[in-house]
Amino acid sequence: MDIKDNKEKLSAHLIEVKNLKKDFKKNVFILNDVNLTIDKGDVVVIVGPSGSGKSTFLRSLNMLETPTSGEIIFEGVNLADKKVNIDLRRQKMGMVFQHFNLFPHMTILKNLTIAPTKVLKISEEEAEKTAMELLEKVGLSDKANAYPIQLSGGQKQRIAIVRALCMKPDVMLFDEPTSALDPEMVGEVLEVMKSLAKDGMTMVVVTHEMGFAREVGTRILFMDGGKIIEENSPNEFFDNPQSPRLQDFLSKVL
Amino acid sequence: MNFAPIFEQFVYFKQGVIYTILLSFFTVLFGFILALGLTLLRMSKFKVLRWISTAYIEFVRGTPVLVQLMFVMYVVFGVIFNAPKVTLFGFIETERFIPGVVALSLNSAAYVSEILRAGISAIDFGQSEAARSLGMTKSQTLSYIVLPQAIRNILPAIGNEFVSIIKETSVCSALGMQEIMYNANIVKSQTWLIAEPLIVAALLYFIITFTMSKIISYFERKMNSGYQR
Repeated sequence: MDIKDNKEKLSAHLIEVKNLKKDFKKNVFILNDVNLTIDKGDVVVIVGPSGSGKSTFLRSLNMLETPTSGEIIFEGVNLADKKVNIDLRRQKMGMVFQHFNLFPHMTILKNLTIAPTKVLKISEEEAEKTAMELLEKVGLSDKANAYPIQLSGGQKQRIAIVRALCMKPDVMLFDEPTSALDPEMVGEVLEVMKSLAKDGMTMVVVTHEMGFAREVGTRILFMDGGKIIEENSPNEFFDNPQSPRLQDFLSKVL
Repeated sequence: MNFAPIFEQFVYFKQGVIYTILLSFFTVLFGFILALGLTLLRMSKFKVLRWISTAYIEFVRGTPVLVQLMFVMYVVFGVIFNAPKVTLFGFIETERFIPGVVALSLNSAAYVSEILRAGISAIDFGQSEAARSLGMTKSQTLSYIVLPQAIRNILPAIGNEFVSIIKETSVCSALGMQEIMYNANIVKSQTWLIAEPLIVAALLYFIITFTMSKIISYFERKMNSGYQR
């Protein structure tokens, strides 16, 4: 197990990112000195042009991308430290991907119970009970025995959200969850995310859905060139943007 | 054509069929296990291990199976080890059978490993990422998420490999292993018939390989049920 558990916590915040950098060539930075704190109950929405590093930043939060330097302190443990058991930490960080990434060789129910039973060693019955309750919540309990290929994109993404929730995470990371969906399916996924936010889930969302950002976000970040250019409350962010780069961006997307 | 004398000698073919099936069975089994090991080495984060695995695969694929068989039988089991001398069922001599299984397994492992590697790299990386993001370890991700999908995709290729192992066991007759071809030669010399023993041998091989293909395609259908449109 993880010896770091007993040590003094490194941060009072749920997530604290310090001086995060990632380069793929020397001095070509995808992330250039990103600092951010996220507290329990925050819904942080990250927007920005493509190539701005927002997805890379989100993926570094659970170490799917390895940063070149910097710290990601989650629940008092620095995830960028190679000695940390990252598998143990990821159990508490749910992630939803742009392309759903459901396991195609398993039924929906199995998709939902595989991690709780194999990782958390919860009994099959208990995992299924939790899964069915959550399926009920997103209105897909009739799909329990279907395979992913039989579902629409919106249904797949709702299942992907439930799959992450079955691990009872402390934070949910969303990597452009609606970008691969047909327009008429975007709403159903956003509804699920809104109700999650209402239930007090801490969320970090990379998205192009400005309406969602404004309605649900507690803080909005604008990223460009691997940096956080501007961070503000939703109303200030959209009504009173400070940096010219953000003003330009908003004039194009709104 | 005169098949009557062949049927009188049919006990030889019966023994040959049993020998061939056992030889193929153990080769497929150990070959697959070895192949998994080679594939894991090949995906290792240590460069040396990757290099060893790649070098092994290239070397085995680049040399004839007859040379490998003779090397294992006369060098590995002639000089380094001693295979136990037991006779099973009255006709399987383990001092030939075991080196045969070892050599063919080492050979087929290289081919199966190549197939496995291709199958694994064809699985979308998002699958691994999703599994890892749920807290699964690398080995859990491999065994619950990646391998089941990879094996389903490569089942036809694996089936081909198994069928060619069965056919390849005929080379073992050159080293005195009493499989189908060896016994076909015995029948040939006892009956003074040339075509007939070969026809019977060919038919017997075909029956075994055809059954094998049918078994594989049964599993293919079974693994695909529900999961494809």
